[in-house]
Amino acid sequence: MEERNKVLEVKNLKTWFHTFKGVVKAVDDVSFELYEKEILGIVGESGGGKSITGFSIINMIDEPGIIETGEILFEGRNIVRLSEGEMNKIRGKKISMIFQDPMTSLNPVYTIGKQLEEILILHESLSKKERRNRCIELLKAVGISNAEKRLKNYPHEFSGGMRQRVVIAIALASNPKIIIADEPTTALDVTIQAQILRLMKKLVRENNCALILITHDLAVIAEMADRVNVMYCGKIVESGYTRDIIFHHLHPYTQGLIGSIPGTDTEKKRLTTIEGVVPNMFDLPKGCKFAPRCAYRQPVCFEEEPEIRDFGDNHRAACFFPVREGAV
Amino acid sequence: MFKYLLKRTFQMVFVLFIVSVIVFTMTSVIGNPVYNMLPQKATDQQIQEVVVMLGLDKPLYVQYWIFLKNAIRGEFGRSYTHFVPALGLIVSKFPATIEIVIVAMGLTILLGISLGVLAGARPKSKISKLIMFGSLAGISLPSFFMGMVYIFVFAVSLRWLPVSGRGEIGTILGIRTSLATLDGWRHIILPSMTLALLNIATIIRLVRAGMMEVMRQDFIKFARSKGVAARKVLYGHALKNILIPVVTIFGLQLGELIAFTTITETIFAWPGMGKLLIDSITNLDRPIISAYLLFVAILFVVINFVVDILYTFIDPRIDLNS
Repeated sequence: MEERNKVLEVKNLKTWFHTFKGVVKAVDDVSFELYEKEILGIVGESGGGKSITGFSIINMIDEPGIIETGEILFEGRNIVRLSEGEMNKIRGKKISMIFQDPMTSLNPVYTIGKQLEEILILHESLSKKERRNRCIELLKAVGISNAEKRLKNYPHEFSGGMRQRVVIAIALASNPKIIIADEPTTALDVTIQAQILRLMKKLVRENNCALILITHDLAVIAEMADRVNVMYCGKIVESGYTRDIIFHHLHPYTQGLIGSIPGTDTEKKRLTTIEGVVPNMFDLPKGCKFAPRCAYRQPVCFEEEPEIRDFGDNHRAACFFPVREGAV
Repeated sequence: MFKYLLKRTFQMVFVLFIVSVIVFTMTSVIGNPVYNMLPQKATDQQIQEVVVMLGLDKPLYVQYWIFLKNAIRGEFGRSYTHFVPALGLIVSKFPATIEIVIVAMGLTILLGISLGVLAGARPKSKISKLIMFGSLAGISLPSFFMGMVYIFVFAVSLRWLPVSGRGEIGTILGIRTSLATLDGWRHIILPSMTLALLNIATIIRLVRAGMMEVMRQDFIKFARSKGVAARKVLYGHALKNILIPVVTIFGLQLGELIAFTTITETIFAWPGMGKLLIDSITNLDRPIISAYLLFVAILFVVINFVVDILYTFIDPRIDLNS
């Protein structure tokens, strides 16, 4: 991580949903950057705005959502307001996505080969034969044996883990700069999860590609990520290198998330939980969004919203009373 | 596949057998053609002669057996009113009917699917609301009424198109049809529009409902994230996933149109099968009615068979053998 070239910089991104019941600030003033070849984890509970952050990057926010303000700098230009046509030259080619449920992310009525080939037709200028060879090569790279025959198969003829491998192959097909993986292993068996994660890590490294890994599972993050953004109610509450987040976290929310990871210790102690529930997104508390659930809250937490502060070595947190004192 | 075809053929034969029994019973029980064929002051002897000539003196099951044997050879007897073989008469009227049906179904595919996709892709836009309003009107208004409205507007008031009749007839591939001439096309437009309206409206609603459902699916988002253009996402990825119900309904519509264009053909004085059926019913022309009904039954059975085969091309998960 010595020479660090930014591939993506998100500045003050706000993605809001204007519904009948009111405005949901799904992503509210989020800034972060992604460096080349880096694995960045985004972690948080459901509804924290992780997925919406991912979808905002490739500008796939559906109504009633809209990117209110903010910049997403990719290859030196702001891609927030690009036209659909221009965006389609980035999607799949430069930035691709992997979805949560491999059972539903492949089109059931087309063969694997056709769906793989489609992305090559869109973004690469290869002959028919070259495309076929590339498809076989990609399937082999994600560990699908008998690739030539498998090209003619339909998604329903594959298991969940195999489908996710196909999805990864599609995401990698035109050597993207960034892959955004939205809960890529959540829907898989635990035994398969580790395989898929290891495969993704290997392929990302081999292809010099950066990965944004969105998950609610801190264990996955600890295994995979170089850096972590912790999100809560649409905001980044803490960010830093994975080891700092795991061992020297500052934000009480991060502490809560880590406390709720089941360990494999011999002693069977009860898991700690974070009290309360995620607040209603239509009616967020004033001040710190986490204050109602926080063990260290003070009156000021309900009044003012803490700014995100730098604690050195890329470690930032938005809390008045960070868990680890004396760091300031 | 072969096993399936065999099973299916057996089923079709069975269905047609049942239909033949029903058709025979209905046409043998309803009305007595003898009185229609003879003058009012015919003597008992004359009546008896006609009864024997038509074979109506034999027991019913013998009559049915004769009917079935003849039906298999395509013989339904001569029309009581036209004095020509019944099936031949129906077949001779077939091109006239099929030509308005083809144009109507063409319109249905074109407009039904494109407007349905449009309305389903962006359900909140103004244009979708307009389309949905139009389709509601299309479903609610009876076609005979719309036929008369078209005649009044396009033929009588604006004088753009002819009021009725089949127009000039040309030849395509040895078949005499109005589709071969410009004048013929001018005559075809209004009856086809009348036939198509309800079907277009139905297909729009079906396609829209399917699209709204499928556009929420992950594989649509995944396709978009691959950089597939919006139009290709709609017509390439989404549409094929919703075609099963559309093809089913389309098959039923096609059969229904070919079989029952009666009202439209009557309004536009179109010399097709529908008009023939109406005339035959009025005249109690048994051979034509029974030939017609069996013809329609075969038509439906065949269309449904084709639809089932189409399923496997649309959705690879469908296995006909199970």
